Amino acid sequence: MANVEMSEEELRERTRKLLQEVNPDEVDQYTFRGKQWDHGLAMVHFPEGLGGLGLNPKMQAIVNDELRQGAKTFYEDLNVNPIGIGMGAPVVLTYGTDEMKKTLIKRIFTGEDIWCQLFSEPGAGSDVAGLSSRAVRDGDDWVVNGQKVWTTLAHISKWGMLVSRTNPDLPKHKGMSYFLLDMEAPGVDVRPLYQITGEAEFNEVFLNDVRIPNEYMLGEEGDGWKVAITTLMNERTALGGGSGRKGGGPIGILQSLWKSNADKHSKTAKAVLRDQITQLYIKGELLRLTSQRARAAAKSGNPGPEGSVGKLAQAELYKKIWECGLEVLGPEALVYEPGYELRRPEAEERRDSLTYAKYQFLRSRANSIEGGTSEIMRNILGERVLGLPGEPRVDKDVAWKDVPRGG
Amino acid sequence: MDFAFTDEHEELRQTVRRFLEGKSDEQAVRSLMATDSGYSEEVWTQMAEQMALQAMVVPEAHGGAGFGPVELSIVTEEMGRSLLCAPYLSTAVFAVNALVQAGSDEAQGEILPAIAAGQSVATVALVDAGKGWEVEEVSTKAEADGGAWRLTGNKSYVLDGHIADVILVAARTDDGIGLFRVEPGADNLKRELTPTLDTTRKLASIELSGTQATRVDKGGDQTAALSRAVALTTIALAAEQVGGAQMCLELSTEFAKTRMQFGRAIGSFQAIKHRCADMLVEVEFAKSAAYYAAFRASESDDDNEILAAAAIAKSYCSEAYFDITNATIQVHGGMGFTWEHPAHLYFKRAKSSAALFGDPLEHRERLADHLGL
Repeated sequence: MANVEMSEEELRERTRKLLQEVNPDEVDQYTFRGKQWDHGLAMVHFPEGLGGLGLNPKMQAIVNDELRQGAKTFYEDLNVNPIGIGMGAPVVLTYGTDEMKKTLIKRIFTGEDIWCQLFSEPGAGSDVAGLSSRAVRDGDDWVVNGQKVWTTLAHISKWGMLVSRTNPDLPKHKGMSYFLLDMEAPGVDVRPLYQITGEAEFNEVFLNDVRIPNEYMLGEEGDGWKVAITTLMNERTALGGGSGRKGGGPIGILQSLWKSNADKHSKTAKAVLRDQITQLYIKGELLRLTSQRARAAAKSGNPGPEGSVGKLAQAELYKKIWECGLEVLGPEALVYEPGYELRRPEAEERRDSLTYAKYQFLRSRANSIEGGTSEIMRNILGERVLGLPGEPRVDKDVAWKDVPRGG
Repeated sequence: MDFAFTDEHEELRQTVRRFLEGKSDEQAVRSLMATDSGYSEEVWTQMAEQMALQAMVVPEAHGGAGFGPVELSIVTEEMGRSLLCAPYLSTAVFAVNALVQAGSDEAQGEILPAIAAGQSVATVALVDAGKGWEVEEVSTKAEADGGAWRLTGNKSYVLDGHIADVILVAARTDDGIGLFRVEPGADNLKRELTPTLDTTRKLASIELSGTQATRVDKGGDQTAALSRAVALTTIALAAEQVGGAQMCLELSTEFAKTRMQFGRAIGSFQAIKHRCADMLVEVEFAKSAAYYAAFRASESDDDNEILAAAAIAKSYCSEAYFDITNATIQVHGGMGFTWEHPAHLYFKRAKSSAALFGDPLEHRERLADHLGL
């Protein structure tokens, strides 16, 4: 794809031209990002006419740099449409029809259509390939029944990336297919999923006789796992690896909590907590340095195990940091300011470091579950990095319908 | 900081590894650890003549290779991997660093060329009986006696102190800490081999009772210079711990792949697999800590920064190494508890190297001070 030659300066010039034509401080997000798309500066590695210029994906950083310098308003992809831009656009580009590419991708980039991913199910968490929602062919349509869970943004999404079982007689990986689901279709019921923080960041999605036209299947029938796996890999990389500044992030907040609360503790407690915080500081530094080392190794074309430990190490460390944060707060930990009334994520929890620490104490429990549990990550390290043998499998070469599963 | 190991670094690592695989296999380690001297003079000479290993951080002006902490750490990491029994940490690391940081030009010119050539075993007697590894804690007294000096005190945990032909002693004068040299044959000098938890590394006690000495430092208080030498030695020791930890991870993983119980390789059980995965995380973090400290020490002139990096490296690598050797015994089951399996050699080295040059708690306390916690 990266076949068009363009110098950094040409790309900067092109970006400045866009800013001359339309000022993001004066128009709305859809207008500005629409123009950015038209100029091929949305995702520069996409083809011309589809928001890009066929350049190396690394060159997007040049465009973003110029956009940040040129105006006060800058839209982060992660805020605009994280799943749509990160997974939706690439999957449509790779597997979609020309018509889909023309109609869907631009609206993903502008944020007019938010996207979500319908993979996990109540009976299929770590073992996503064991999922049991069913899609049955009926004329030109597929009729889908089942339940999805942990669906970020489903409540405001226009499109969902759905993986559903189309043939239960095949082994589990082979009997799934991948669909684009219109979230406004009859039978799609989105409900907030109440979390231990009081928030609902995620949703449950119930699918009752939902009809999907056959042309909205991406890839062939039975290709669902293959199409899905590429997008899942992106999620894991995005969640791992802790970079950032020295002493920044959670450990920085813990240090500042300590500064304002240390004197509330007895001499012994103070000594113990001080050592705990120092241990966490060290691990935070080593997480940061290990990801630097991984980047250096990747750059030199010699990547080693240092790149694989980040997700596990970060999840476990962050949980410990916030646990320590509550120790530092002492009896103040009895109070939870935001309360538990069901609500969508809001700035409230991020108000000050005190409230934030308590919120994160709860929220960080999910760090070792989301995007690959720590147990799955340890399996991956053990098997793929250290070369240890896998568990004997009872679900590999048998028809999905014959694999034992809970209710 | 980009951890820029070069192709030359990788070549150095491979060359040292090949040499040690030939000269310091398990059998060699076991036979040398049973001796009092604790090393092979033949291999010591080959290390110098074939590889110039003792010359690593000796300045070129004194017959050395003039390398820095990064190259030295590569060498000590490999030595930790093979559990080399040799007076390397005492001679080529601690004594050389002490002389380079605190020694007079004359003393450097006198002592360093012989060290670089592998013709000398040197050590630094730092810790006074009942005291710690901080240079400020030194209490052995140095009193001027005409042109010479007389030292009085009891030094503990002196690396290879029973065999060293160059004995450097940190002692307190009226105007601070100085570095002195005592002749091995001096009157009123008693040296005794200490029975050690880890027999692959020899320690001695040294008793000084008005023992005659020569002052070998640059003059004035050497607390800062010697503290820097201790930090640089600590960083090299952290790399040694990484080498041992990596080796134990490999031993455990290999065993878990081949040991069969209940009709399966034990590494297929998650209880074992996950322990190995945790070891891997610890090894990778330990590498980051040790490598960062080595690069920092070679790039920075800021003592505080070097001390902080050394504190992170020593506290983390010590605990990681210990935990990994502990897990290595457990993964090997009953076999891991036998004398004939090497797991205990690494286990003992891990615990003893954790206690050398300040234990993890002390280093964290220093780091906490540095961070203003």
